[in-house]
Amino acid sequence: MGRYILKRVLMLLPVLLGVSLVSFSLLHMVPGDPAELLAGEEANPEFIQALRKEYGLDQPLYIQYFHFISHVVRLDFGISIRNRQPVIKLLKERFLFTLQLSFLSILIAGLIGLVAGVISATKQYSFFDNMSMIGALFGVSMPIFWFGLLLMLVFSVHLRWFPAGGKGTALHLILPAIALGAASSAVIARMTRASMLEVIRQDYIRTARANGLREFIIIYKHALKNAMIPVITVFGLEFGYMLGGAVLTETVFSLPGVGRLMVEGIFQRDYPVVQGSMLLVATTFVLVNLLTDIAYAFFDPKIRYE
Amino acid sequence: MGTLLRIKNLKTHFFSAGRVIRALDGVSFQIEEGEVFGLVGETGCGKSVTALSILRLIPFPPGKIIGGEIHFKGKDLLHLDEDEMRSIRGKEISMIFQEPMTSLNPVFRIGDQMVEVIVLHQRLDRSRASRKVLEMLQRVHIPDADRVMNQYPHQLSGGMRQRVMIAMELSCHPLLLIADEPTTALDVTIQAQILRIIKEMKNELQTSILLITHDLGVIAEMCDRVAVMYAGSIVEEAGVEEIFESPGHPYTQGLWGAIPRVDQERETLSVIPGMVPDLSQLPPGCKFHPRCPYRFAPCDQSTPPLFQISPGHLASCYLYSKGETDG
Repeated sequence: MGRYILKRVLMLLPVLLGVSLVSFSLLHMVPGDPAELLAGEEANPEFIQALRKEYGLDQPLYIQYFHFISHVVRLDFGISIRNRQPVIKLLKERFLFTLQLSFLSILIAGLIGLVAGVISATKQYSFFDNMSMIGALFGVSMPIFWFGLLLMLVFSVHLRWFPAGGKGTALHLILPAIALGAASSAVIARMTRASMLEVIRQDYIRTARANGLREFIIIYKHALKNAMIPVITVFGLEFGYMLGGAVLTETVFSLPGVGRLMVEGIFQRDYPVVQGSMLLVATTFVLVNLLTDIAYAFFDPKIRYE
Repeated sequence: MGTLLRIKNLKTHFFSAGRVIRALDGVSFQIEEGEVFGLVGETGCGKSVTALSILRLIPFPPGKIIGGEIHFKGKDLLHLDEDEMRSIRGKEISMIFQEPMTSLNPVFRIGDQMVEVIVLHQRLDRSRASRKVLEMLQRVHIPDADRVMNQYPHQLSGGMRQRVMIAMELSCHPLLLIADEPTTALDVTIQAQILRIIKEMKNELQTSILLITHDLGVIAEMCDRVAVMYAGSIVEEAGVEEIFESPGHPYTQGLWGAIPRVDQERETLSVIPGMVPDLSQLPPGCKFHPRCPYRFAPCDQSTPPLFQISPGHLASCYLYSKGETDG
């Protein structure tokens, strides 16, 4: 088990190196002089020259990359060009919020997806199965901004149960979390159903029945633990996407998340912000993948003892 | 010794795509206490369906027990509710399956799977249940039993897994053990070991065994009495020596003729002509009559009941009607 995890962690290093290279090259890949890009459109030549010196842009590329890395490992992503704050400070605020939203969202999605998937599988072709699979179809096909607006219209405008946007209390998070989790819960439900349908036909489930175990225990302990192995993959991917920033959800509910920070950075040509959030999102995704791999080992002893 | 299990006129049918597959079409037999009763027949004749019907584990849909009686210790299992039935499964009647490689849950430790069953049926606490598991694993001659308890099924060989299955299924001292082709998936040398273990355990625990197999060698080795199944019915029943020495039913004679023998030189084995009938389109009368070399007037008219050839030897064949009327 320890070796398995160590191997996965070591495999992260080349990926992270690649991520740093790509985000470093960002500034040099867009057409034009990096110093001019950083200075903005109406800067005078002296300022551009000073900036070039300050950022070391007159140095050879490998020295610049080395500088970039040495700052990144100290969590220094530079200063935002637009609002003159350290990028790390912006990232921290935004990421904490994204983390909360993603957790709540994957929790809702997981709960609904797993329960619906298991019931659908055990009652295949029943009314519930048909309804939940139609629901799942809606879940994956509804555009998130449309569903978000719909939720807002019903629960904020008409029923007045939840605030329509902004942040502050846990109540503010509920509607966005549902909007963001709907598609994930649909994907998880379909995967769980398919996986459970396969598992409940296995010989060891017949053994469990022949041993007189209760149906509830057979389904939720013996079958589900086996069925989870492919579902874990979907969990990891969905959670990774959520943490990568849910730009649409954040925009609809005017929430301060990482996704919007990055998109705003792109529109405003705020390169340090774009670089910083790229690094953050990529690293988070990679870490979620690591967690997924560790979760595999928890569910599947064959992986643990490989 | 009394009768432990008495099955009367059991009918289990499968309903699929508008067809009715009569997997069991009136099966009757009984198993005495402490007896090893063999059920033999070709693949698809209804042996496994009989076993699953006894435990009421026929998947519905498509299968359903539509009639008959299964008396176990005087109770008709077909009249019990699901809770009562569950308290019998794994405790009073246990079952070992054909596929040791897939019959254990791959994501739980051997010890935990066994402990769960013991805790459920014997109301022991976990530490006493673990000791019981260790004892059972040692009794089926698993080396390093305490290490095996902490292993997962994929770490064991097929023979070891089947031993684990035997230990698990006997851990609650069932009155009846149903062994459905317990050695078919194993190597010949491992087969002999497994059979020896089953025999040993049977003698120690006084468990009755319903042994299902298509392997006549296993039958000869293990059983006290034998029933031969054909197309969902029992066609002959007798003591093991009697049935090998003087098989009565033409089908049984045909089966015996298909056994290779070392003491006779033969170019080819004899073969029963024709095919096993489609269970959704059974022939009228005796189901074997289209393939039977001895068929005569009544055979395609009505199903022969079990006629007595000699005491304890029954065959469902009009050759033995001897003036008895067929009801």
